[in-house]
Amino acid sequence: MSNRMKNIIVPLVAVLLGVLVGTIIMIATGYNAGAAFTALWNGAFGEIYYTGEVVRQVTPYILAGLAVAFAFRTGLFNIGVEGQLIVGWLASVWVGVAFDLPKIIHLPLAVLAAAAAGALWAFIPGLLKAKFKVHEVIVTIMMNYVALHVTNYIIRTVLSEKSDRTEMIAESSTLRSVFLEGITDYSRLHWGILIALACVFFMWFLLEKTSKGYELRAVGFNQHASEYAGMNVSKNIILSMVISGAFAGLAGAMEGLGTFGYAAIKGGFTGVGFDGIAVALLGGNGPVGIIFAALLFGSLKVGALNMPLEAGVPNELVDIIIALIVFFVAASYMIRIFIDRISKKGVK
Amino acid sequence: MGLMEILLIVIPSTLLWAAPLIFTGLGGNFSESSGVVNIGLEGLMVIGAFTAIVFNLTFVDVLGNWTPWVALLAAMVVGALLSIMHAVASITFRADQVVSGVAINLFAIGAALFLVKFIYGKGQTDIIQKGFSKVDIPFLSDIPVIGKLLFSNTYYTSFVAIAVAFLAWFVMFKTPFGLRLRAVGEHPMAADTMGINVTRMRYIGVLLSGALAGIGGGVYAQSISSDFGHATISGQGFMALAALIFGKWHPLGVMGAALFFGFAQSLSIIGSNLPFLENIPNVYLLIAPYVLTILALTGFIGRADAPKASGTPYIKGKR
Repeated sequence: MSNRMKNIIVPLVAVLLGVLVGTIIMIATGYNAGAAFTALWNGAFGEIYYTGEVVRQVTPYILAGLAVAFAFRTGLFNIGVEGQLIVGWLASVWVGVAFDLPKIIHLPLAVLAAAAAGALWAFIPGLLKAKFKVHEVIVTIMMNYVALHVTNYIIRTVLSEKSDRTEMIAESSTLRSVFLEGITDYSRLHWGILIALACVFFMWFLLEKTSKGYELRAVGFNQHASEYAGMNVSKNIILSMVISGAFAGLAGAMEGLGTFGYAAIKGGFTGVGFDGIAVALLGGNGPVGIIFAALLFGSLKVGALNMPLEAGVPNELVDIIIALIVFFVAASYMIRIFIDRISKKGVK
Repeated sequence: MGLMEILLIVIPSTLLWAAPLIFTGLGGNFSESSGVVNIGLEGLMVIGAFTAIVFNLTFVDVLGNWTPWVALLAAMVVGALLSIMHAVASITFRADQVVSGVAINLFAIGAALFLVKFIYGKGQTDIIQKGFSKVDIPFLSDIPVIGKLLFSNTYYTSFVAIAVAFLAWFVMFKTPFGLRLRAVGEHPMAADTMGINVTRMRYIGVLLSGALAGIGGGVYAQSISSDFGHATISGQGFMALAALIFGKWHPLGVMGAALFFGFAQSLSIIGSNLPFLENIPNVYLLIAPYVLTILALTGFIGRADAPKASGTPYIKGKR
C-alpha cells in the first residue's frame, strides 16, 4: 500500500477506534449508545442553528490547528498555542474597547493586535530555542500559565475596576454579522471563518510555494544540513515560532471579536489550544486535513452539548473520544503495522 | 505582626501546598530519568484526585480515620494503571511522548468528569468528611521553637512526601536499580549492550511516575480541595513538571523546588494577610514558579539539562 493511502487510512482508523472505545465505555456504564450518537448528530446538524454553532467552533479550531501544524512542519512542537490564544484574545478585546475608529481601520487593527500578541508570546520560546537550545515544549507550557495569570490580572486591574470581565468591544471592531446570524437562526456564527480559511491558504502557499517556506521546512528537517547550505538556523526557528504564534493569536481574536465580544477572567484554560494539537495531528499537519479534522472536532464538541439533554449521556464522553483519537494517532505505529500485515496477506 | 507569627502562618501552608508537588515531581523524575518524557503528570494527578475522593466518599463509614490513607493507596494504583497507557504508546509503539502525554491529560479529565456524572449525577462530588486534617506531630512538636514552627498545626502527608524524596534519592543514586534506570535514560544503547532490559526499565519508570502522581493528586484532593470537580487540579501537574526541571532531575532538588513553589503558591493565597506583601499584586507570586523554570532552563540559574535520551524511543539495533 502506498504511503499516501496509509496517511489517509491511519487517521480514519484512529477515529473509528476512538468512537469504538467510546461506545464500549457507554455500554459498560449502561448508557444507550445509539441514542447518544443520534443526539450528537442532531446537536451538530439537526437544525441550522446548530450547524452555525459548529462552524463557529470550527473557526478557532482551524487556526489553533494551523498554529500547531506550522510549528510541526518546521520541526517545532508548539504546545503553547493555548497561552498565545489567550494573549491574542486579550489584545484583540483591548483594541476593541480602547479605540473608537471607523470599522475599516478598527477591525483589522484589532485582528492584527491579536496576531502580534500571539506572535510575541511565541517569540520568547523561539528565541530561547534558537539562542540557548532550550526545548520549546517546556517553555511554551510555562508560558501558558504566565499568560493565564497575567491576562487575568490585566482584565481585573487595567481593563476593568476589579470586575470579572471587560466591557463589550465597540461595534466597529466586531466580527459579528447580522447576515450570518440571520441565515443560521441566530447562532453566533461570525466572519472569522473567512479569516481562518484565508490562513489555511496562506500556510499552504508559504510552506509549499515560497523559498522561505522551503527554508523553514529544511531547518525543521535537518538543522546541520540547512546550516551547511547557508541558511540562518536561529532566524528560521524564531520565524516559525512567530508565525505559529500569530495563528494562535488569531484564534484568540475569533473568540474575542467574534464569539464573545469581551474577555473574562479564566479559572483555567479554554482547551482550544490543546484541541488544536488534536486537530493538527489528525489532519496530518496538512491544510486540507486540518479543515476536515477541525470540522470533525468542532461538530463533536458542539453536538456533545445536546447529549445530556436528549440522551442523558454526559457530554464529557466526547472529550474521552477526542483524547482516544489523539492517543491512537500518536500510537499510529501500531495501526501501520496492522495495515502492513493485512495488505501483505492480500498480495498472497 | 512579628516574624514568628508570620512564620507560623507561612511554614505550615508551604508544607501543605508543597506535598502534592513533591510526590508528583518525584514521579516525573523516575519517568524522565528512564528516558520517557511525561507531560501527562497533570492527567495522572487528576485521576488520582478523582479516585481518592470517590474512594473516600464510598468507604468512609467502613474505614473511619484510616480512609484518607487507604484512598491514597487506591489513587496510587489507579494512577499507575493509567500510566500504562502512556508507557504502551511511548515505549512499545514509539509514539511521540509529548503527544501521548497530551492524550493522557485530555483523557483523564474527560474520564473523571464522565464518571463523576455517572456515579453522582452531577458535575461535582460532595465534600469529603474525613480528609487529612491538621495535627501536632507527637513528641516533635514539643521541641522548643522548631517544634512549634515545623511540626505543629501541620499535615503528616507533607513529612511522608519529604521522606519519599529521600527514599527516591537513595533508590536512584545508591542502588543498582537506580543506576540502571539512569543509564537507560542517558544512553539506552550502551545500557542494552550491558544486558539491561531497556523496555522493562522504562516501563518501571513510567509506572512509578503514574503511582506517585496518583498519590500527589490524592493528597491534593484530600488536604486542599476536599472534593472533585473540573477545576480541582488546574496546573498542579505542570507545576510539578516545573519543579522537576528547576530541581534539575534530582530527587532532592525536586523536593527543594517543590517546597519553594509551595511557598510561592501559599504566599499568593495568604499574602494579603501579611504586612509586607499587602501591596504587591499576587500575579507576581502566581507566575513566579513558571518564570523561574524558564530562567533555570535558559541557564541564568545554573544550567538544567534533561537526561540525554529523554524523549526519544529506543529502537533496538538502530544507530
